Amino acid sequence: MQDTKKNIAFSPETLELIGKIIRRYPEGRQKSALLPILHIAQAENDGWLSSEVMDYVASLLSIQPIEVYEVATFYTMFNLKPVGKCVIEVCQTGPCWLRGSEELVKYFEQRLGIKPGQTTADGRFTLKTVECLAACGNAPVVQVGTEYHENMSVEKAGELLDQWTSENKCSHTNPYL
Amino acid sequence: MAQKILLNNIDVPGLATFEVYRKLGGYSAVEKTLKSLTPDEVTAEVKKSGLRGRGGAGFPTGMKWSFIDKSTDKPRYFVCNFDESEPGTFKDRYFGTLNPHQLIEGMILGSYALGAKTSYIYIRGELFYVLQIIEKAIEEAYANGFLGKNILGTDYSLDLYCQPGGGAYICGEETALIESLEGKRGNPRIKPPFPAIVGLYDCPTVVNNVETISVLPWILNNGADAYSSIGVGNSKGTKLISACGHINKPGIYEIELGLPVEEFIYSDEYCGGILNGNKLKAVVAGGSSVPILPAELILKTAKGEPRLMSYESLAEGGFETGTMMGSGGFIVMDDTTCIVKNTLTFARFYHHESCGQCSPCREGTGWMEKILQRIEDGNGTMKDIDLLFNISKHIEGNTICPLGDAAAWPVAAAIRHFRAEFEEHVKQQKCPLSR
Repeated sequence: MQDTKKNIAFSPETLELIGKIIRRYPEGRQKSALLPILHIAQAENDGWLSSEVMDYVASLLSIQPIEVYEVATFYTMFNLKPVGKCVIEVCQTGPCWLRGSEELVKYFEQRLGIKPGQTTADGRFTLKTVECLAACGNAPVVQVGTEYHENMSVEKAGELLDQWTSENKCSHTNPYL
Repeated sequence: MAQKILLNNIDVPGLATFEVYRKLGGYSAVEKTLKSLTPDEVTAEVKKSGLRGRGGAGFPTGMKWSFIDKSTDKPRYFVCNFDESEPGTFKDRYFGTLNPHQLIEGMILGSYALGAKTSYIYIRGELFYVLQIIEKAIEEAYANGFLGKNILGTDYSLDLYCQPGGGAYICGEETALIESLEGKRGNPRIKPPFPAIVGLYDCPTVVNNVETISVLPWILNNGADAYSSIGVGNSKGTKLISACGHINKPGIYEIELGLPVEEFIYSDEYCGGILNGNKLKAVVAGGSSVPILPAELILKTAKGEPRLMSYESLAEGGFETGTMMGSGGFIVMDDTTCIVKNTLTFARFYHHESCGQCSPCREGTGWMEKILQRIEDGNGTMKDIDLLFNISKHIEGNTICPLGDAAAWPVAAAIRHFRAEFEEHVKQQKCPLSR
């Protein structure tokens, strides 16, 4: 435990970015920067927030660790367990369902051999179903990291999976950079 | 051709850059307003225009601004609600990506009217790529003297920042948004006090939707009278409609309020008719939370008059035979659609998005999802249909924020208008329309 804790530290560049974000809020209101910083922290920690990472974020913002935990557990974009290198999120709400999201989920399940919420044995892909991504006009929609893939079809999903596999796709990139 | 206020230049290449936006007359409303109007005059103009909040509630914008407490020494805040998450709604994402400067210009105008010196655009976390576009546009606005200290040499100064959410529909509710902006869980606050008195950091705050804010430059350039001359009744101006589902041309359309629904669905200028030449079965006209209407009631009111795309006409007949304008998320379903399954996806959504603060919503949304799943799977009973309706009535009106209502209304309306289809699921012990 102790060793892991010691190892968590952002790069000077990341700390500079975080400092810039904190200055966007009035003095004494640095907690406002928590959501942006959790996004950065998650990206830099292979796509998930360990309690050590959350404690580190708390120390950066001079707030109690519990204040970070209660936020990280509320918002669905924060993963509290390890995820695959590439997280595939398929929208399943009404408008995407009307345009074939169920077939899409089934296809990903078959190709990857996993169910939504699971990660492939080699740790490369995690499959998730998510709720409305606000792109209903181009349904069905899939999100990978900050990328939106719209007007999806089983054929398109196949091509993208091939591409992500061959390029060893990673969806955990600092969204501010 | 219908008057366009938001999408008139949307196809111009490079519109998202300061240079192109400025060349097309962008930021002229800021120049004019900061130099010739007082903040109260701006509020009066917006009030007079009849502009109503475009996020879903339709509350008069100028009136909302006039509630802001200017009697205290506390800072005042203007916040843009870019937490677009209501199923069927995707107008703000589209507009903000292609025309971020019009949103920023609106933010400057609103901030000036309210006396805000720091303003925030709260954008849902999933839309980080849009946040990047907007932050770039903000940088350009700073570099050109439209943000920062002493804008255009006046004594008005403004800082504008973006803040990402973390994936929570509830943060589109303005008090939950404020909590989230403070770095907390998105639990809605009990009102009163309203944000105009006690908002962000306990300071007077106004929260407006992206579309509402983006209309402001046009109103201040052309005048309140020009704006209110568009539309019908108390539905003034234009509205962005996000059209999706079983139509030939899904997308974003700017309509003059008062357009007949039939024309919107079937005209080639808009949705272009039903996909594959199928028959229209039902429409959810204003985002997933508004009551679903069967074809005959969305095209014509119960009185037999043509239904119009306006706040009043869509609401004609109350919830018995009418619906709501909502966010303008227009979801069209053809006759192959299972209404039970569609309602199930909405119930699952609201169950997922309930913040958990109020028990009727926290528990009830889960129960509704379970029962709908049971009926869809062919394991439901006739009693389940009444139970479902009953639960929805126990959620409605019994929660701190409108998410409870938003979860209850679609379920109640689906049973009200499509009861026979629910019963058919029970009788056949399967989904009669499963694909």
